[in-house]
Amino acid sequence: MNFETVIGLEVHVELKTESKIFSSAPAHFGAEPNTNTTVIDLAYPGILPVLNKQAVEFAMKAAMALNCEVATETKFDRKNYFYPDNPKAYQISQFDQPIGENGWIEIEVNGEKKKIGITRLHLEEDAGKLTHSGNGYSLVDYNRQGTPLVEIVSEPDIRTPEEAYAYLEKLKSIIQYTEVSDCKMEEGSLRCDANISLRPYGQEEFGTKAELKNLNSFNFVRKGLEYEEKRQADVLSSGGVIEQETRRFDESTGKTLLMRVKEGSDDYRYFPDPDLVELYIDDEWKERVRASIPELPDERKERYMNELGLPAHDAKVLTMTKEMADFFEATVQEEADAKLASNWLMGEVSAYLNAEGKELGEVALTPKGLSAMIALIEKGTISSKIAKKVFKELVENGGNPETIVKEKGLVQISDEGELLKFITEALDANPQSIEDFKNGKSKAVGFLVGQIMKASKGQANPSVLNKLLLEEIKKR
Amino acid sequence: MSRISEEQVRHVANLARLAITDEEVEMFTAQLDDIIGFAEQLNELDTTGIKPTSHVLDMKNVLREDKSAPGLPREEVLKNAPDHENGQIRVPAIIE
Amino acid sequence: MSLFNHTLTELHDLLHKKEVSITDLVDESYKRISEVEGKVKAFITLDEENARKQAEVLQGKIGTDEAKGLLFGMPIGIKDNIVTKGLRTTSGSQILHNFDPIYDATVMNKLHEANAITIGKLNMDEFAMGSSTENSSYQKTANPWNLERVPGGSSGGSAAAVAAGEVPFSLGSDTGGSIRQPAAFCGVVGLKPTFGRVSRFGLIAFASSLDQIGPITRSVEDNARLLEAISGVDSLDATSADVPVDSYSEALTGDIKGLKIAVPKEYLGEGVSEDVRQSVLNALKVLEGLGATWEEVSLPHSKYGLATYYLLSSSEASSNLARFDGIRYGYRTENAENLIDLYKKTRAEGFGDEVKRRIMLGTFALSSGYYDAYYKKAQQVRTLIKKDFEDVFENYDVIIGPTTPTPAFKIGENIDDPLTMYANDILTIPVNLAGVPGISVPCGFSDGMPLGLQIIGKHFDEKTVYRTAHAYEQATNFHQQKPTL
Repeated sequence: MNFETVIGLEVHVELKTESKIFSSAPAHFGAEPNTNTTVIDLAYPGILPVLNKQAVEFAMKAAMALNCEVATETKFDRKNYFYPDNPKAYQISQFDQPIGENGWIEIEVNGEKKKIGITRLHLEEDAGKLTHSGNGYSLVDYNRQGTPLVEIVSEPDIRTPEEAYAYLEKLKSIIQYTEVSDCKMEEGSLRCDANISLRPYGQEEFGTKAELKNLNSFNFVRKGLEYEEKRQADVLSSGGVIEQETRRFDESTGKTLLMRVKEGSDDYRYFPDPDLVELYIDDEWKERVRASIPELPDERKERYMNELGLPAHDAKVLTMTKEMADFFEATVQEEADAKLASNWLMGEVSAYLNAEGKELGEVALTPKGLSAMIALIEKGTISSKIAKKVFKELVENGGNPETIVKEKGLVQISDEGELLKFITEALDANPQSIEDFKNGKSKAVGFLVGQIMKASKGQANPSVLNKLLLEEIKKR
Repeated sequence: MSRISEEQVRHVANLARLAITDEEVEMFTAQLDDIIGFAEQLNELDTTGIKPTSHVLDMKNVLREDKSAPGLPREEVLKNAPDHENGQIRVPAIIE
Repeated sequence: MSLFNHTLTELHDLLHKKEVSITDLVDESYKRISEVEGKVKAFITLDEENARKQAEVLQGKIGTDEAKGLLFGMPIGIKDNIVTKGLRTTSGSQILHNFDPIYDATVMNKLHEANAITIGKLNMDEFAMGSSTENSSYQKTANPWNLERVPGGSSGGSAAAVAAGEVPFSLGSDTGGSIRQPAAFCGVVGLKPTFGRVSRFGLIAFASSLDQIGPITRSVEDNARLLEAISGVDSLDATSADVPVDSYSEALTGDIKGLKIAVPKEYLGEGVSEDVRQSVLNALKVLEGLGATWEEVSLPHSKYGLATYYLLSSSEASSNLARFDGIRYGYRTENAENLIDLYKKTRAEGFGDEVKRRIMLGTFALSSGYYDAYYKKAQQVRTLIKKDFEDVFENYDVIIGPTTPTPAFKIGENIDDPLTMYANDILTIPVNLAGVPGISVPCGFSDGMPLGLQIIGKHFDEKTVYRTAHAYEQATNFHQQKPTL
């Protein structure tokens, strides 16, 4: 039997405000445990929350970038449940009037475009962090408590794990462009839970869903969904029934494991938080926030294709992150050729960043440096091969490529007289190669070029060298 | 007529994380039944279309600027905690 | 004669003429406490060492600019649900028996800036849930007028301490009558300000949409001056109102000519004792004599106030009190087998019956399937009750009635019957639901027990409330009578 997969994703994104959503404690990742809290985050008796304006505007910005309608009248509600990382025993969240509703984003899988609906985006506070100390105890660090968070709930529009992956990449890309979050899964500033169910093709009603947790990378989301898709299909095909349950993705085995079966729905006893007043977002405020949204990835992609003539693939890769796209544009502004700049950024630069696990902002390379280096290649001052050396210097220590080339003696040797010296030396030292060449073995030329390159420390201009070498070898 | 059952009282006590004895279940069932019965006089009023009041004052948009100040010293955070270890608050392990 | 028979302004003058020292004032408090506290039991915690130290330091500043403020060096008692840094704060509960706050409530910061001296923390019904202070998990406070009777509640300690002359003034909190009712029972003056007038930051929440801190004093004038000192918008309380604080004391002109008084027929009806009714009618005569006029009006939804209040306040409380879980502060059970067990036992052992009852009621009213029928319904009825007041205030300046239907009852009399106990607050609750200010001033006696006249004003019109109360007080002598202990 064949089944259709139905997937919905719930994504939590931490907003990068300076202070927390309801207190003045710093909202930064990585501090020593329990050093970024106030009495408000610790839920001391008598404390009250006061809403951070920036958090509201960041949530509005994210909602708008995801094509949501932004509420005019909204409010905060208490979600009541006991847990050690939830110090008030209620989370301040939004129940029936989320700040954003009815949005969508467009994804592309195997060349096909598809819109995925966004049911709602609401603003809430993050919880503290629990770790297991292993001796029958758990430890609580409240630093994260009160970090502003938006929860983004997709419509059940996703049909394959691949689409889920594409949705997450696109969502992350858009949110990063708005600069309201770092979206770093490894630091927990972006987290994802997935709901998945199967139904026979043609059936309208949804099947019973499983909720997947502990999905710590987009790749794990895809793998977890692939596993779950197969598991549920096996159960259904063999006449079994899917239970509504929460399952945990196990990274080491790639399987999903049962955490708990859901009995009825949770009773969170939501009610409007009497400590906070209504939020009224008038058109003027909405427009002010809307004006602060930068050009988003899809628009940029189009522009790179239409105005700069980049191939679709280049335009897509370059616009995945705002950081890369901004770098690319700045490089082009410095008069670098767009395609050459794209090649370098997608090639050497990305390879270096991946290998070092760094981001563009963390290396010494500047758009000006990259552009100047590309200009040197175009002028023939350096070869592409030499350029790799210059690039290494630029990315590690920065500086002016021309100075680097001069100081390190990396200028390409195009002078025929100078090249002739290397050629004569090589030919004198390798009579066998001359013999081979005359016997029709063209490989011999490659060997000789290699020798000369070695002797010239790679500085010989390859095209001039090739021409000259052929002339000289024929003379022998 | 009983408006709340002993089973409901146990369920509510569980939601509220209150341990209750059988005796208390009996007592609370009777008392809550009385109070809820009393509260049902509100049903005499037709409240169709009446806006619920969460706030008596018509206040909107009370917001703070996004400025941070250093957090509490950790000693203060732990001062009142019944149990802690290595700067963190300690609780019985959570089993999942 | 006790120094505390003087008003705040008189004491201030005595201090500055150096006829009395700050140490004398603090001595007066602790001396009186040592004499009568064994009978009254108004305090949970005393702060004598600090108070005496502070008195000495402040005395040295008499004559400087810093000492000009009216509250400078004045002893005050604080209800134990107002958080005081470094001074144990229990909210009347065992669950906070060892709680040592690391911050001060906004009202405490204001009192510190004014250099008032905290004498100690006053007894109350656990988490302010009660009308007799019998629900305190520490002790039962007695009414100074008759030790067998309750002082009212939940601010029973705050009212009894002032009535007994242990402190000249105190702060209480009022969610459904918890300042006005004990003020009436103890023959003192107590005001619940407009919701949002005084910051709630640092007030241990019972019902957030109803709670207000307010002053309990021996005279209307002192009350007005104390309110001036603690009022104002607070950046730490989003529900505090950005409305200028009037000079309430300047409103005490004694002139109420032309004042239009509304007297709700529901406030003098069934359940109100004859003595209470008579005292209110007498008070209206006095006010008429001063040039005011009164008419009978109706607050038609009054009778729904009690049910509305219990649903709303218990719902909010069930959520507000969930943080007492034995994890970050306060009591933690000794014998938990696991986390859930820790929560359940900590809370079962730490809370008293009345608190549990209300947590249960509130949890039920908010739970899935019942929210609309109970919580939302109550919020809608609250809208109707609020509108009753708005309608009357279109034509009248103040609303007057009794504070309580009866004088103070006997300790133990109502303890086993929640609904009868709740009925004590029937005349004060609608005022909290509407968010308007209300004061109780002494207006007579019944069987030797004091009675209170309730004067209710428009939102943020404490000025008119005080002006009326002051004019009435000056024309009568009930407030000058003191209990003998």
